[in-house]
Amino acid sequence: MSAVAPSRSLLRPPDVRLRSAFRLWQRNATIYRRTYKMNLLPNFFEPFLYLLAMGLGLGAYLSQVEGIRYIDFIAPGLVATAAMFGTSYDVTFNAFVKLRFGKVYDAVMATPLTPEDIALGELLWGTTRAFIYGVVFLIIASFFGVVHSWLALLAPLAIALVGMMFSVIGLAFTAVVPLIDYFTYYWTLFITPMFLFSGIFFPLDRLPDWVQSVAWFIPLHQAVNLMRALVLHGDPGAAAAAAAWIVVLTAALGVLPLNLLRRRMIR
Amino acid sequence: MSTLPGAPVVAARGLVKRYGTFEAVRGIDLDVPAGRCFGFLGPNGAGKTTTMRMIATSAPPSEGELTVLGLPVERGREIRSRMGVVPQENNLDEEITVIQNLVVYARYFDIPPSVAQPRGEELLEFVALGDKRERMPEELSGGMKRRLLIARALMSDPEVLVLDEPTTGLDPQARHLVWEKLRELKRRGVTLLLTTHYMEEASQLCDRLVIMHEGRILVEGSPRELVAREVPPQVVEVLEPQDHEREHLAALEGVADHVEHLSDRVLLYGNDGEALLGKVRGIVADQGSVWLRGSGLEDVFLSLTGRRLIE
Repeated sequence: MSAVAPSRSLLRPPDVRLRSAFRLWQRNATIYRRTYKMNLLPNFFEPFLYLLAMGLGLGAYLSQVEGIRYIDFIAPGLVATAAMFGTSYDVTFNAFVKLRFGKVYDAVMATPLTPEDIALGELLWGTTRAFIYGVVFLIIASFFGVVHSWLALLAPLAIALVGMMFSVIGLAFTAVVPLIDYFTYYWTLFITPMFLFSGIFFPLDRLPDWVQSVAWFIPLHQAVNLMRALVLHGDPGAAAAAAAWIVVLTAALGVLPLNLLRRRMIR
Repeated sequence: MSTLPGAPVVAARGLVKRYGTFEAVRGIDLDVPAGRCFGFLGPNGAGKTTTMRMIATSAPPSEGELTVLGLPVERGREIRSRMGVVPQENNLDEEITVIQNLVVYARYFDIPPSVAQPRGEELLEFVALGDKRERMPEELSGGMKRRLLIARALMSDPEVLVLDEPTTGLDPQARHLVWEKLRELKRRGVTLLLTTHYMEEASQLCDRLVIMHEGRILVEGSPRELVAREVPPQVVEVLEPQDHEREHLAALEGVADHVEHLSDRVLLYGNDGEALLGKVRGIVADQGSVWLRGSGLEDVFLSLTGRRLIE
């Protein structure tokens, strides 16, 4: 049996096993459980503060956007944002620390797990965190009377989908950056602009056509559309279109963080 | 599935590892027998750690054949499920307690907590950390961390334990405690593979060893065999001789089998140490800088490379 260096192609079928990936998810959950009270509490305050300041404070001056209460307009987008933030910190800074400084992945690599298992485990864990953040936000927001459709019952599923998409994007970035300082670019050039220009705080349809064409390609914009269709408009067609966009992107990029992490760790 | 009795735990033929144009390992052959302690001895950069990484399936070979536990090295998952790895650098999970480190690690091997918990307690006792189970890793000393890493590697009850410089950076007491535990594991039938640049560690633990230098294996054998085969049995060492004394010592070549000149000392090898010592004492003024000792692995390495192991 002759040893030949295996393919480093990013399109190679990943050597992944769901049960092994779940082991890494369990490791993260074990640590989260130790500190969840401390971690979870800010998750309750943040939505309160946003809805209070933007929805009620700013909303008092705006009264209505597209014939809708301002707080009703922004709440679904903030749920999508909560999901995005819920995973993004974890799959960028936290994952990088485990990769480079804590050497947690090095230790795991001495067990039957593969780099692909580790990556999938992180994606599932990021999705879990997005789910917790997003659902908590939605529950708090519902007390402000912002839920207007029974389709909102599908929102937890949509939140998980959004969480998976941002986990895939974030972890792919983490697997290629050489230094932790690069994450500043991820946040200031990707996350923050998306947060401001995805139609959360103002509708994009009064803006020039080209802005709307560009917006179609922005992941958070699609996530906002999805959430608004479910929670506010009760529009299954719009929800399906946005969900399909997210599924296609996530599926298309899904293998990337797995193979990028292999390329980084197996040398 | 188990290896055939007598079959080597590791077998390598023409093994090469390249990083870009740099050849870290330049074609080595190996047969590591089961149930023994096999050592890789050599200075930093000799290719020991790279060889271990290939055996531990985390660095795919660039060329050659490598089987571990009878499996081709491409079958990493299966190999790793039967192997324990003790890394050179501490990579304990700093966010969880000592016992949780063991239970979480065992889960990667699909060992449920109900089994892992008692096994973890038992292994903590074995490495003399029984009273530290609820501590965080950062509260442990260097020697304790190393012992915890050994306990962690044993959670999956491995057939082979791979240790990369297991006692580097430990004080002598901590080092002896680690050696004691490793000898006990060997008695229990675990195959040990270790890298080291300590001659004493190699002679204390290893049944067989290879000495590596610049990516190649220079010699292989038991520590005793190597010393008997490669160098005369006795050495007179002269520490920091004067320049004129060096010249006279150099002239003893012929009386001594071999004279080795190092920057800070001169070594004179021979079969009759006492006779050699007498001659040297006649040359060197500072008698306190001269002594006679038996030769060891360091001398084997020196005679093969003209360099010392730790520089």
